Amino acid sequence: MLILNCPCCGITAEETEFHAGGEAHLKRFGPESSNEDFENYLFMRQNPKGVHLERWRHNNGCGKWFHAARCTMTLEVFGTYSAQTYEPPKEICDIISAKRPGWSWGAFS
Amino acid sequence: MSTRIATGGRLLNKTKSLSFSFNGTILKGFEGDTLASALLANDQVLMGRSFKYHRPRGVVASGSEEPNGLVQMGEGGKFEPNQRVTTTELFEGLKAKSQNHWPSLEYDVGALNAKLSRFMPAGFYYKMFIHPRSFWKHVYEPIIRHAAGLGAAPKATDRDADTYEHFYAFCDVLVIGGGLAGLQAAKAAAATGAKVIVAEQTAHLGGRTVVDGGTIDGKSAEDFVTAITAELEAMDNVTIRTRMMGAGVYDHGYVLGYERLTDHVPEMAGPRHRLWRIRAAQTITATGAIERPLSFAGNDVPGVMLASAIRDYVVNYGVSSGDRTVVVTNNDDAYRTAIALKHAGLDVPAIIDARPAGDDSDMMAQAKALGIRVMMAHGIATVQGGKRVTGVEVCAQAGEGAVLEEIACDAVAMSGGWSPVVHLWSHCGGKLTWDESQASFRPDSNCPPLGDKGQGFVSVAGAANGETTLTTILANATSCGKVAAKAAGFKAKATKAPEAQDAVERAMLPVWLMPQGAGYKLRSKTWLDYQNDVKVSDVQLAAQEGFTSVEHAKRYTTLGMATDQGKLSNINGLAILSDSLNQPIPQTGTTTFRPPYTPISMGSIGGEARGDVFQPIRRTPMYDWHEENGANWEPVGQWRRPYAYVQSGETVHDAVMRETKNTRENLGLLDASTLGKLIVKGPDAGKFLDMLYTNMMSTLKVGKCRYGLMCSENGFLIDDGVVARIDDETFLCHTTTGGAETIHGHMEEWLQTEWWDWNVYVANVTEQYAQVAVVGPNARKALEALGGMDVSADAFGFMEWQDGTLGGFDVRAYRISFSGELSYEIAVPASQGQSFWDALMAVGADLGVMPYGTECLHILRAEKGFIMIGDETDGTVIPQDLGLNWAISKKKIDFLGKRAQQREHMLSDQRWKLVGLETVDKSTLPDGSYAVGEGTNANGQRVMIGRVTSSYHSPNLDRGIAMGLVLHGPDRMGEVITFPGTDGKDYEAKIVSPVFYDPEGEKPNV
Amino acid sequence: MKRYSAFAIAREAARYHSGWERAWRAPEPKAKYDVIIIGAGGHGLATAYYLGKNFGITNVAIIEKGWLGGGNTGRNTTIIRSNYLQDPSAAIYEKSRSLYETMSQDLNYNVMFSPRGVIMLAQTHHEVRGYQRTAHANALQGVPTEWINPRRVKELCPIINLEGPRYPVLGGLWQARGGTARHDAVAWGYARACSDMGMDVIQQCEVTNIRREAGKVVGVDTTKGAIDCDKLGIVVAGHSGDLANMAGFRLPLESVALQALVSEPIKPAMDVVIMANTVHGYLSQSDKGEMVIGGGTDGYNNYTQRGSFHHVEETVRALNETFPMLSRLKMLRQWGGIVDVTGDRSPILSKTPVDGVFINCGWGTGGFKAIPGSGWAMAELMAKGHSPLTDEFGMERFIEGRFIDESVAAGVAH
Repeated sequence: MLILNCPCCGITAEETEFHAGGEAHLKRFGPESSNEDFENYLFMRQNPKGVHLERWRHNNGCGKWFHAARCTMTLEVFGTYSAQTYEPPKEICDIISAKRPGWSWGAFS
Repeated sequence: MSTRIATGGRLLNKTKSLSFSFNGTILKGFEGDTLASALLANDQVLMGRSFKYHRPRGVVASGSEEPNGLVQMGEGGKFEPNQRVTTTELFEGLKAKSQNHWPSLEYDVGALNAKLSRFMPAGFYYKMFIHPRSFWKHVYEPIIRHAAGLGAAPKATDRDADTYEHFYAFCDVLVIGGGLAGLQAAKAAAATGAKVIVAEQTAHLGGRTVVDGGTIDGKSAEDFVTAITAELEAMDNVTIRTRMMGAGVYDHGYVLGYERLTDHVPEMAGPRHRLWRIRAAQTITATGAIERPLSFAGNDVPGVMLASAIRDYVVNYGVSSGDRTVVVTNNDDAYRTAIALKHAGLDVPAIIDARPAGDDSDMMAQAKALGIRVMMAHGIATVQGGKRVTGVEVCAQAGEGAVLEEIACDAVAMSGGWSPVVHLWSHCGGKLTWDESQASFRPDSNCPPLGDKGQGFVSVAGAANGETTLTTILANATSCGKVAAKAAGFKAKATKAPEAQDAVERAMLPVWLMPQGAGYKLRSKTWLDYQNDVKVSDVQLAAQEGFTSVEHAKRYTTLGMATDQGKLSNINGLAILSDSLNQPIPQTGTTTFRPPYTPISMGSIGGEARGDVFQPIRRTPMYDWHEENGANWEPVGQWRRPYAYVQSGETVHDAVMRETKNTRENLGLLDASTLGKLIVKGPDAGKFLDMLYTNMMSTLKVGKCRYGLMCSENGFLIDDGVVARIDDETFLCHTTTGGAETIHGHMEEWLQTEWWDWNVYVANVTEQYAQVAVVGPNARKALEALGGMDVSADAFGFMEWQDGTLGGFDVRAYRISFSGELSYEIAVPASQGQSFWDALMAVGADLGVMPYGTECLHILRAEKGFIMIGDETDGTVIPQDLGLNWAISKKKIDFLGKRAQQREHMLSDQRWKLVGLETVDKSTLPDGSYAVGEGTNANGQRVMIGRVTSSYHSPNLDRGIAMGLVLHGPDRMGEVITFPGTDGKDYEAKIVSPVFYDPEGEKPNV
Repeated sequence: MKRYSAFAIAREAARYHSGWERAWRAPEPKAKYDVIIIGAGGHGLATAYYLGKNFGITNVAIIEKGWLGGGNTGRNTTIIRSNYLQDPSAAIYEKSRSLYETMSQDLNYNVMFSPRGVIMLAQTHHEVRGYQRTAHANALQGVPTEWINPRRVKELCPIINLEGPRYPVLGGLWQARGGTARHDAVAWGYARACSDMGMDVIQQCEVTNIRREAGKVVGVDTTKGAIDCDKLGIVVAGHSGDLANMAGFRLPLESVALQALVSEPIKPAMDVVIMANTVHGYLSQSDKGEMVIGGGTDGYNNYTQRGSFHHVEETVRALNETFPMLSRLKMLRQWGGIVDVTGDRSPILSKTPVDGVFINCGWGTGGFKAIPGSGWAMAELMAKGHSPLTDEFGMERFIEGRFIDESVAAGVAH
């Protein structure tokens, strides 16, 4: 039973209050995109053993989406942050770097 | 014999005698007894039969690690199999029956297996019963299944007569285990002001210490425990719960507590078990240690018990397990048993100590001073006796078992050393390290289970941490409590560890097999796992056959997989395996510890949610009216909707036919309140809906309605409904009943995570309105009879909506039709739903009004060829398949699903398309049937060319009508295709237009 | 290999079982094999077995990071059925189910296949329609199944409560030839048979790199040294993404935890397997007497193989309603398995962008029942370059938008 902090309403709550929404920072590809880009966007996933940037919704609470940085091996949560961003904020990256030196996520590290 | 003795019995209330029965015999015990101690007090040593060989078995232990003493108890709705006698507190009238034997415990036919045990080594199932093939299912398996299993199954007809509940608790420091270490750790933690919960699985605090004795801070162990308990009970920030086991430790510091409230007083009112979901900043497991059996031949004969258990029975319950007890050991602790027995006036003919001769420790000297014969460097070659120990054959530990002497006795107290209880530490990923001095695994404090911040959240105190003396246990517990409180955010307070006097003990000697050179015959009578009948020879055979990984060996032999989860057998089995492989034990590793620590009732897991309150039911405002008027309910998500209103003398089908005809001919009312109603508002609302729907919504005029389709980003049709434009910035989107929450979520997801700069918000107002569809040729007359707003064709056109009043109710009316009839959907505030429904029924009385249910709704829409989400769609259908291209905007650059629908397979002309289907003989096509083409595919399956998506008998057309998806369907009008039914018949159907009724669409436009 | 039989047992009993050989050899890797299979779980071992049996390819190594059969093969609820809706699924699962029928004899190893019958319970009208549709499809696919009414459900499973207040039993889809098997035995039986054909099952050997030259695989680096090969099969549920990364391609899947639990053993109470998809629970009784219960999956990526309690709570609560006697039993043990879930929740059996590399993954919660069929099909794919059983399961389906979606009928695709 994970514990997550919703950065929108500030509540720290159990997993059952939230809904997991899969990989974060996917770039949407629309009608003009190539087959490969569209397939990547819809289906290809990093699925790492380690740092995972992911989406959650506080669906039994404030209803807002947010992002979390979490380790899929230890389930440690490095931090949560706004979903309204194209990249993880620096303070989150710094926390991850301190605990998982050399991590990377696509273009982020 | 085993019997009650005059001395001892610190847990008993000897003034209160209780009667109970075992296999129908009435016996007596005392308040404070466990079922195990009471049975022993009555010389009932034989308590059950083992799983595989049906060997006679008696109790081995005194706590939750007991593998043999399992009984079934209770009757009817209170029956329960597999109850442990050692953890069952005695109560007046308790009825217990032993298990797994036929015809009786004393004479079990299944014991034949024991005679054949040589032919049933580890893994023999895998090597036998291979031929002939059909025999496994019909002959072998039924026999094996009936021989296996333990207790009887509860009867299907008996509902659980007990209740259960769930608690939530929050604290700073949770201490699991109310022994000396747990109490001391709790005290140290509580001194800082931290909120502490102590959970003890038994009914009593103090653990082993009160039995083993010793001096702490100048007091006896018993007095010290009494004092510290009183101290803790006086503190506001400490909660102590007995009869509550720490069942499991889960991710991020979630701990499960299992409290048995009335198992010991079954007549008491209230829940039987309580499941605690505990959130603690830090958890201390002070779960003690479990004594290991020694591996010698016949170590399963009833009367062979753990030394600590024999001591417990004497001290706690005043029960002697035998008149003459031989103690066999590899460590000093078992001497305590010998001494305790001697003090109780019982005979101890010998202590057989496997360790080589050497200097006497304090314990050894004390035993000798009591006149007990101590035989160093010896072991037991074999135990004599069948259903009861009659003696032991003594041999040299170093040899192969040549018998040096026979000693008559009726009990054997064995001790192979102690293993810390590391289960809770390990549940959530805590690692272990091998402790050479104690020959056991103990928690590796460098690798604790990790919490949400990556912090360790469990620490271990006392014997569970591998501490063995009072001094180190108290010091470790004190520091553990302080550190945990600090980690939970409290300022450390100086708590001094109490001082204790410890006897100097001689080191234990790992002895994994007795005697060391035991041959096959002895090894095949030497048990490791009592309940599952796994012997030393079995583990050795597994190793010989290449099952060298500990997981392989465990699974091949079933070692440690019984209901005691290997609490006694794990280390002994590992040691035998390691020895067979010539490698050190830590290299062999351990198996994984899985929750719960001991089995917990399924009833408690379910908790309060059962029967009528199993899951919430959503009710519309008119629910009670429907119920009173014959509603046949259909669950739709959490809602219940009337499927039809059955009148007396009617079948459900009759009712559906009547409703369907009446709605087309007169007037029908449908409770449409469950339809999703989402308000989408803001300057960018139009732009947003243009992305969500395949249609153009931004061009919808205020006051107008439009039917819209929604697709997933993967292109598939997910929902449909009518959108009304309320004002420039406001839309009201209707969704399907099941879609209200999911589509709301879908909208929020895109708004918050993709187009977060768009100025739109969404509110789900589904439950704020009651909505009634007023349908049929008399619909307008009914509304006119209510009086109020002008509902004439001129004032209120098709696909328009208006606010107004009807019969004095404030309403929002939509002139839309899902039936192909003249139809209005009227929304009123939910609180007025029933009154409005009543008003409609009243004015409709002269107009032939009848309520109709969901099945009638389905037929009406199918007669018109309208699609239904979930019928014509199933998550694999795109709007183009359904001939809905008219609802897909060609002008829009983008909408959800557009890119997906450009992919190769979505554009393929091989996709099945929507058509109507008419059976040649007017019968109804089987729902879900498939149409077949020519031949078979590469995998030998019949080629399919289409399927039925909806099929009904239409009372208005008096024939079967169906919709379906068919390969090249729209180009094959008039063609007859074949649908094989599962009834063996072939159904012939003609491909037609899906619009069966009023193809010109004139009826709603009057 | 010495054959197993009652006679062999009697012979060995006479000499205290001293003559039993290793079930499989423990070889050191050779420098080169024709085929390397990464992953000695059920699917990997079955692939190797059918490469040898059907195509005579026996210069094969099966490389395993841990111990063979130690992944999901040994931690599932052992259900075998083939009553799938879509043609490609029904084909491969039925092939698999039929191979289970004779597996004990084929392998000379009793895998205890028990065709006791499987009921997919319908507890909503939606499920009734879905399963009636499946019954129609199955009839044309050569998969014998039957729609049965509640009375028949009760006859087959007397402990069921038809009148649950929330989800009454409305009927079921019955596959009489579905059932269960002993999961570990499947892996052990295949490993023994592979070893007997001269294949090398190499445990405790982790692949660290996949070596390629000019877009073609040439070998792997492992913790036991470099090994060359002509063809490479990746069959490593739970670790597929890592291996695909090594080979330089990506996969459309995510790994999540699936929950399961068993009760204490009781005497026989239920002879069939029940799947109750509305409440995400499935239930059977093992030969040992334990009620084996499978639950739902976590929604988030997870490699910990731990059980989480709230899923168990939901599953047990619902099953207590449908099978009231469960309430008086006790949960003995719960655990989690890591399952790979693809974009359409159906598996991938496919060539890959790297010449000579084949992948078999994404079985989600349905892997055990597919083991022999998957191995059979994968062997054909690797030996011949294509197989009618795998044609529809290629990776390219995600780019084409051609999905195999089983959730249509079942809600979940166990």
